[in-house]
Amino acid sequence: MSSDRSKLAFWLLMAPLLIWLVTLIILPHVGMFLVSLREKVGVREYETSFANYAVFFNEPLYWNTFARTAYMSIASTVLTLLIGFPIAYYIAKLTRGRTKTTLFLMCLIPFWVSELVRTFGWMILLRETGVISNVLQYLGLIGGPVEMLYNDAAIMTGLVYTSMLFMVVPLITTLDSLDDSLIEAGYDLGASGFSILREIVIPHAMPGIVSGCIVVFMLSLGNYLTPILLGGKDSLWFTGLIYSQFITRFNWELGSAFGFLLLGLSSLIVFVGLKLSRQSLGKTMAQ
Amino acid sequence: MTTRFVLPTVAFMALTSAAQAETLRLLTWGGYAPEDVIALFEAETGHTVEVTKSNNEEMIAKLRATNGGGFDLAQPSQDRIAGPQAEFGIYKPLDMSKIDASLFIPSMLAATAGNTTVDGEVYAVPHIWGTSGLVVNTAEAGDVKDYTDLCSATYAGKVSYRLKRPTLIGFAFSMGLDPFAAYGDEAAYKEILDQVEAKLVECKPNVKTYWDGGDELKNLIRSGEIVAAMAWDTGGWQLNDDNKDITFVAPTSGALGWIDTFVLPARGRADDAAYAWINFVSKPEIAAMITTSAGNFTASKGGDAGVDDALKAKYQASFSQEAIDNIKWYPTVPAGLEALEGAALDRINAAK
Repeated sequence: MSSDRSKLAFWLLMAPLLIWLVTLIILPHVGMFLVSLREKVGVREYETSFANYAVFFNEPLYWNTFARTAYMSIASTVLTLLIGFPIAYYIAKLTRGRTKTTLFLMCLIPFWVSELVRTFGWMILLRETGVISNVLQYLGLIGGPVEMLYNDAAIMTGLVYTSMLFMVVPLITTLDSLDDSLIEAGYDLGASGFSILREIVIPHAMPGIVSGCIVVFMLSLGNYLTPILLGGKDSLWFTGLIYSQFITRFNWELGSAFGFLLLGLSSLIVFVGLKLSRQSLGKTMAQ
Repeated sequence: MTTRFVLPTVAFMALTSAAQAETLRLLTWGGYAPEDVIALFEAETGHTVEVTKSNNEEMIAKLRATNGGGFDLAQPSQDRIAGPQAEFGIYKPLDMSKIDASLFIPSMLAATAGNTTVDGEVYAVPHIWGTSGLVVNTAEAGDVKDYTDLCSATYAGKVSYRLKRPTLIGFAFSMGLDPFAAYGDEAAYKEILDQVEAKLVECKPNVKTYWDGGDELKNLIRSGEIVAAMAWDTGGWQLNDDNKDITFVAPTSGALGWIDTFVLPARGRADDAAYAWINFVSKPEIAAMITTSAGNFTASKGGDAGVDDALKAKYQASFSQEAIDNIKWYPTVPAGLEALEGAALDRINAAK
């Protein structure tokens, strides 16, 4: 009797999560997978086949764009980590009380406006007639206007800026839990700053680093706005290809196949990353 | 027998009269449904209007996602109706008896009807027309007269165009080819596309960036970062207000003419309000208000009379009678051509 009731309670509590998962995540994916298996053979005529997936592997443009998107995303993840780690360490270990809250809040502030506005901000700064170009000319450092927009470096800047918060927050949380006395003990035993970082701080922060990297990588890989707006003529991004298949080409079949390839290949990269860093998904998500 | 027919009819009439004041969900372009026109329409008919702004591709994608539901009236261009209708069945035929044909310029009404007839049914009536061609800063790039002039080394790094199908078509005409004549022949069209693709790949180093949205283009031109671009006529006329040197130039090979239309989505619910809106905005005085807001002229007979003189002057400066006669009107895009064009555009985008 009582076990029946607890079972009921369990299912009632589970219901919102299950409804969310099934209706908003699993069902749309199943639908999209079915669409991706339809090969268009004529007006309103379709056959079931893997032809759309074959298109991806037979057309160099598509997998080149995918590879480009993947390595740019990995690069932006590494860059975000390199910039974010010192910031997180400073906030977590070297500040106290109000300063800590203030600094943390300053990391958050850019995220109070939408990504679109932030990206337009970068466009105003980087363009040929923009703020940075004008300041450099005013200071006499450059002779004429310089174009910093519409290239891969601009995309990288935008991606790192957009995802910084998602690296800093998990890092601060893990670094906060590191007992200061461990670091002091390291110094007492005569270790250098570098070996303390390598032997104590990084191993402790590993779950935070990995979870931050996963989030930043996924955000960069799935980003649409930043690469489209900041990128130039050659800056193809895989999500842009998916958009154009769905919207401008009316080719939902190929677009769905691309969507699934993106899902599969990004999962694979995360899996390889976890294996290389010897972390498990459960461990990183639990912290 | 009679009762079985009468009952539903009575119920239907009761329903329609109860639903006299409907909500019209209008899927349209920016500027096509200005606030003041909506207010007048709501006051006159009692219907309410909800506007969603979009563009050709998104309109079709939205309607396709819902099998033609979610909106009661849409405004795709006339060349994008027969193809998607054959492919996805997202529109329903118009009841021409509910449209006041006397309000329209007869030649435009007939041309649109001809282009949007599928299986003997007419799907669209014209609303607003305009062209795309070149927006040029005449002080700095006065000799840009045609699309291919954008590839001139003089303006390296100072030109822009979109990576979309109008660019392919425009360049084809400019290169002396006739893509519209080849619409029905896939092999011939492919041949034209291959030549255009080679030209655009060669031209790529000249381009500063491929523009995406109207505002992005205006910023590029206004700041002087680019001096010539392929764009819509209204964009050029708006920029002319800020800088007298910038204006729209009809290319020598012909501006590309489009007509945006009214169509009924297949599962639209407020057809009466939709027909009322079509007839209302086609009245000359209302059409003039829309021209002022959108910057483009309408298919309404006498609709240009009430338009302010500044816009008329800009229009006449850009279009001589010869240039008007030379406008290349988009014929209906046959289903399947977009796949060819898409592949060409992808290759141009990927070229170094």
